[in-house]
Amino acid sequence: MSASETKHAGLNLGGTDAKTHAEAEHAIFGFWIFLMSDAVIFALLFATYGVMLPATAGGPTPTSVFKIGPTFAETLLLLTSSLTYGMASVAMKHGSPLGGIHRWLAVTLLLGLIFLAFEWHDFSDMFAQGAYPTRSGFLSAFFGLVPLHGLHVIAGIVWILVMMVQLRVFGLDARVKINLLRLGLFWHFLDIVWIAIFSTVYLPGLLP
Amino acid sequence: MNGNDERRAEVRSYLVGYAGAIVMTGVAFAIVQWPIASPKLTFAAVLTLAFTQIVLQFRCFLHISLRRSARDDLQLILFSTLVVALMVGGTLVILLNLRERMM
Repeated sequence: MSASETKHAGLNLGGTDAKTHAEAEHAIFGFWIFLMSDAVIFALLFATYGVMLPATAGGPTPTSVFKIGPTFAETLLLLTSSLTYGMASVAMKHGSPLGGIHRWLAVTLLLGLIFLAFEWHDFSDMFAQGAYPTRSGFLSAFFGLVPLHGLHVIAGIVWILVMMVQLRVFGLDARVKINLLRLGLFWHFLDIVWIAIFSTVYLPGLLP
Repeated sequence: MNGNDERRAEVRSYLVGYAGAIVMTGVAFAIVQWPIASPKLTFAAVLTLAFTQIVLQFRCFLHISLRRSARDDLQLILFSTLVVALMVGGTLVILLNLRERMM
């Protein structure tokens, strides 16, 4: 039983803060249960999408409304934000000055916002082409799935802002550290859901 | 292992995960943009790349691996995977079969 033993998902604080590390185990496991149930919701929406795919009702089809360029940009943005959040967690774990943690969080926040701007632009383009949720079964399923991920990103962004305030007000106490660990799991989880979205929704839709 | 070594190892893990994810994402988009195989084969390749990338991100970003499997997290992942497989598989089988019969 070493102090740096892995006790929960995400970055473990064992090496630098044994006390918080012990507290984190249950706190993180509870959040992990939420993430897995969230994953089940997404999985069922993916299944619905798969079933609804041919139900275009003579309206827009995946090939006519999806664009590869913006999708690729969104993927890179979200992926990079996952890395920058990782850097924020490492800085937090090893007691870097608060300014360093703030900077990484701010970069993550910015990348998340640019991602949302791209996504918003995509959706308004689709609406302009007559691809709105009530048009067909395919579009209902699409707008049930992809914007739900967008809503998660919005929630993540609000959470990053809250954490920046908590860091400023409380400093790096055990509660703030555990919250940052939870947010890390959430943010990396969103990136993983996005991989599933571009691989099963956008890319197959763009195939001839 | 002292703090600095640990920190370096952690940063390296994130960077390795990032580099791997970028390469797999790039390949997936490239084979759709410039097709070199049939659509079916390309789709299979995209799914394989996605699965590999998800495992890589679980390993490098969420720090979950099969090796240190003493934790409940992995069991929960496996249980969730089972639930998802049953529900998604069931949905697809039933509804696709229904559509076939309605056609």
